[in-house]
Amino acid sequence: MDTIAQGVTVTKTGETGAFGGELLTINFGPHHPSTHGVLRLIVDLDGEQVRRLKPVIGYLHTGIEKQMEALRWQQGVTVTDRHDYLSPPINNLAYALAVEKLMGVDVPPRANALRVIMSELTRLSSHLVWMGTSGLELGAMSMLMYCFRERDTILDMNEEISGFRMHTSYIRPGGVMADATPRFLEMLDKFCHEMPGHVDEYEALLTNNPIWRSRTIGIGILSPEDAKVLGATGPMLRGSGVAWDLRRSMPYSGYENYDFEIATSDMRDCYGRYLVRIKEMRESVKILRQALDKLPDGPVNVDDRKMLPPPREELETSMEAVIHHFKLFTEGYSVPPGDVYVAVESGRGENGCYIASDGTHKPRRVKFRSASFVNLQVLERMALNHMLADMVAIIGTADTVLGDCDR
Amino acid sequence: MGRNILTTSLGKLVGWGRGNSIWPAQFGLACCAIEMIATATAGVDIARFGSEAFRASPRQSDLMIVSGRVSQKMAPILRTIYDQMPEPKWVISMGACASTGGIFNNYALLQGVDKIVPVDVYIPGCPPRPEDLLNALMILQERIKAQGILPPQ
Repeated sequence: MDTIAQGVTVTKTGETGAFGGELLTINFGPHHPSTHGVLRLIVDLDGEQVRRLKPVIGYLHTGIEKQMEALRWQQGVTVTDRHDYLSPPINNLAYALAVEKLMGVDVPPRANALRVIMSELTRLSSHLVWMGTSGLELGAMSMLMYCFRERDTILDMNEEISGFRMHTSYIRPGGVMADATPRFLEMLDKFCHEMPGHVDEYEALLTNNPIWRSRTIGIGILSPEDAKVLGATGPMLRGSGVAWDLRRSMPYSGYENYDFEIATSDMRDCYGRYLVRIKEMRESVKILRQALDKLPDGPVNVDDRKMLPPPREELETSMEAVIHHFKLFTEGYSVPPGDVYVAVESGRGENGCYIASDGTHKPRRVKFRSASFVNLQVLERMALNHMLADMVAIIGTADTVLGDCDR
Repeated sequence: MGRNILTTSLGKLVGWGRGNSIWPAQFGLACCAIEMIATATAGVDIARFGSEAFRASPRQSDLMIVSGRVSQKMAPILRTIYDQMPEPKWVISMGACASTGGIFNNYALLQGVDKIVPVDVYIPGCPPRPEDLLNALMILQERIKAQGILPPQ
């Protein structure tokens, strides 16, 4: 890979473009209001058309995977929250499922239902942030206000169930942090009631909006073949007409018991991806309603004192419970040796977690297969021969989270 | 004004004007940036404090909100943006990562943005709530109002 000079702003490449002028190399980001964080793109422009595009990543590299090697298994959950910061519970879920698979643990049905509820709420809030910011970038500022209003409702629910707005660390190996409170279930019921109307509101603002349509239809076309070859997943893939959703094709946490449709669109452009996300929001509400209606009773954690701390009451009467408690909070539990890969469907696509254990109380290696990183690879294919201004729409609908990409 | 007379010192007037029209740079890094956006939306509405004008160009902004973790690779860029902002300028370090490195004590992250730019207000939290950001803004406003025409360098 050839190196790029630091701080390149505008340079001439020396090549002649299709319009007779010279190709210019310009620098887009990492500080740019429409790159969704700190993405940097080196773009070769012919007039105003993009001829080459190279993403430069790593401006948000946090060393999350390395950090997890220094943390005990139960501590690792807090770090998974922070790589894809728009969908923390889904990251928790991938990690928790991987650890549980290595340990051979099955969580109780109520925990599974709560995990599905939190995953779908997160998918909704992630799509809401996407729609708000993408709308803002293409000139629809009111979208941001509407979308963040509903996002705040979801964050209030997060706060009610886990005590924290964004980085909930709610889903943990062995179950979930705590049972849902009655108030949470009330809030969820109200939310399921109101959300379809809000989605109608967004559609009324955008779906037939001439500016939105002219900025997205026919922009950033991604053929299904390219999407598959380059490994795109999530709304990027489904927006190209491929019905691939891990919730359906490789079900986890009891997704096989819910009735929902996979949102696809044959338009293959930015508008198609927008339609897919709108449809997914409606389907998420459907899943939430089903999960709430048939929420099973019972415990929310596995009954394993080697993995989860004993209830507080037991500590006062049982010496054994005190020992378990002490062991768990000093050394932690150990996971049998082996390696495992588990993938879940996040708002952006396949969010995978690979874990290698050497049998100790800390992971040997943790690797995330993040959807943002892989989806970024199709950017050049989509942006080629489009105007520079259209790149904003294309980056927007790719919905990359740079924290997820750089980790 | 009609026939009324208003007397004040020039320093107070300038401080009042500056404090109530802080324009932040539109500069988001990580998780905290999402809460920074949330602060700008209708729920808590930063416009009530005169700071809704997030400027895309550092040349037009007075305040840099360092919202999120600063990696070693991002640090020189952050400093460049800070240098491009005209005086007088202020910095809010939003969240645990920007203030101290937070839970990430490793090779990749700058352990506190105050190693490269002077910070006026630190906000704890991971990420802080939008209300915390507003509180920091109000603390900064009081400080600016007390500074007068020439802020101490």
